Amino acid sequence: MTFDSFFQNLANGISLGSLYALIAIGYTMVYGILRLINFAHGDLVMLGSYFAFYGVSMFFLPWWAAFIFAVGVTAGVGVVMEKVAYRPLREFPRINLFTAAVAVSFLLENLAIVIFGGRPKAFSRPPFMDKMLNIGSITFVSYTPIIIAVSLVLFVGLILIINHTKAGTAMRALSKDIETTGLMGVNTNKTIMFAFLLGSCLAAVGGILWAIKFPQINPLMGVMPGLKAFVAAVLGGIGNVGGAMIGGLLLGIVEIMLVAFFPSLSGYRDAFSFAILILLLLFRPTGIMGEVQPEKV
Amino acid sequence: MLNISNLHVSYGGIRALQGISLNVEEGKIIALLGANGAGKSTTLRTIMGIVKPDQGSIDFEGESLLGLKSFQVVMKGIALVPEGRRVFSNLTVKENLSLGAYTRKDKEKIKADIEEIYELFPRLEERHTQSAGTLSGGEQQMLALGRALMSKPRLLMIDEPSLGLAPVLSQDVLSKLVELNQKRNQTVLLIEQNARAALSIADYAYILETGQIKLEGPASELATNDDVRKTYLGIH
Ligand SMILES: Nc1ncnc2c1ncn2[C@@H]1O[C@H](COP(=O)(O)OP(=O)(O)OP(=O)(O)O)[C@@H](O)[C@H]1O
Ligand SMILES: [Mg+2]
Repeated sequence: MTFDSFFQNLANGISLGSLYALIAIGYTMVYGILRLINFAHGDLVMLGSYFAFYGVSMFFLPWWAAFIFAVGVTAGVGVVMEKVAYRPLREFPRINLFTAAVAVSFLLENLAIVIFGGRPKAFSRPPFMDKMLNIGSITFVSYTPIIIAVSLVLFVGLILIINHTKAGTAMRALSKDIETTGLMGVNTNKTIMFAFLLGSCLAAVGGILWAIKFPQINPLMGVMPGLKAFVAAVLGGIGNVGGAMIGGLLLGIVEIMLVAFFPSLSGYRDAFSFAILILLLLFRPTGIMGEVQPEKV
Repeated sequence: MLNISNLHVSYGGIRALQGISLNVEEGKIIALLGANGAGKSTTLRTIMGIVKPDQGSIDFEGESLLGLKSFQVVMKGIALVPEGRRVFSNLTVKENLSLGAYTRKDKEKIKADIEEIYELFPRLEERHTQSAGTLSGGEQQMLALGRALMSKPRLLMIDEPSLGLAPVLSQDVLSKLVELNQKRNQTVLLIEQNARAALSIADYAYILETGQIKLEGPASELATNDDVRKTYLGIH
């Protein structure tokens, strides 16, 4: 492989990995707090891209307004999902909560098929995201650095929120002990809602960027990115936000490099991600950044 | 200040509290004593809105606390140091203290209050950037107490501060309570396994037995009561 194509692949891997990471964060935050694998999280990715699509094609919004609209509406769906489907079940065994998540996922996918239609739609990129860029002898499309830059800004923003704001401290406390966090005067319902809001916003951004990178959207498009992001979250250590970022990036880079170095294996790309997961779990069950977490009672 | 009357609480079929009534007067240290499983923690958890009562009333400064969530009870001016300390092991000592001030907005004053907690417990200052999980049991108890004080509670409730601590250390914690009570007029509702120690610092005490108040009175009187001496102080 030439030096140039290595860098092209690396950039590609980082951009794919950033998308996995954006989605993985929502999984990991919700797991950290509720010990729930929010199976429906991947569907928020799909909703984000559809809302952006309709923002442009139906409401004739400029692309940036359509994106903000899409992120807002998706976040609304995430918050309603928490309030209606998960909050009433919080005191019940985890399996009930997980079953509810599976149900919400099917509900969202089927609603999408009914409302948006089952046929894939072509997502048109804003023109400036579709430019060929040449840096030296390396060529790539402008959306690649844009995806990386947007993700990076969001990662830094999120880390600042989590580590340096009152709400962020409360979220970290919640992930240890919900009841005692309430004893600190924290409105725990509101803070859990805030975590869902953040995760859903990032999933929506991930969905929009996903549709820019792979410009065809369909009601089941969230499933694979959702699963991959879940793998990324577990790789990084589920419950750990920094881990989700690292896990996502790693998974994206490894996937792209695998295909680049061994083109004949490209058909096994997805299987490969899950193989990495199984191997890692054998040797390091808590993931890269994870610590042993007690079951929540 | 706090008036509980005819409080009934049950967990599923288990009747943990069967109509208890108690009063906490401002500026006093009140002790709540009783054997394991008597319902002491349940009483405090019900006051904090963690457990819902079946019947009875809880009034704080003339307002009912029934139906409030924990965070609302904290905003009314009550703080609980829970049984087993439950510091946030993934947060630093300082973050634990700041979280205790979550309901407050006065940033400058909060800073000053953290310094004051450090004066009260110098060990916490030495370890302020350390994660709370690395503290010893005694240090965690100091942190849990400091954290509760950060909300500036008018009523401080503590559930078994000496649990798992060496006698010297638990003596330390109790003398801090006395200090707080004398210097700041801090009202305290204390649960304590060590009845002798508790009666020595309290003004008034209640003795719970299987969900009912068995005895109550000024601490000095209970300390000389024959029943109490036999059952709780191990003197025959
Ligand atoms: N979450 C719960 N579910 C079911 N039963 C409970 C629960 N918490 C307490 N109980 C029961 O309620 C009764 C009172 O318990 P509580 O914890 O209030 O006692 P305690 O006086 O604090 O005891 P200890 O000194 O051991 O802390 C006990 O019989 C206990 O088994
Ligand atoms: Mg108890």
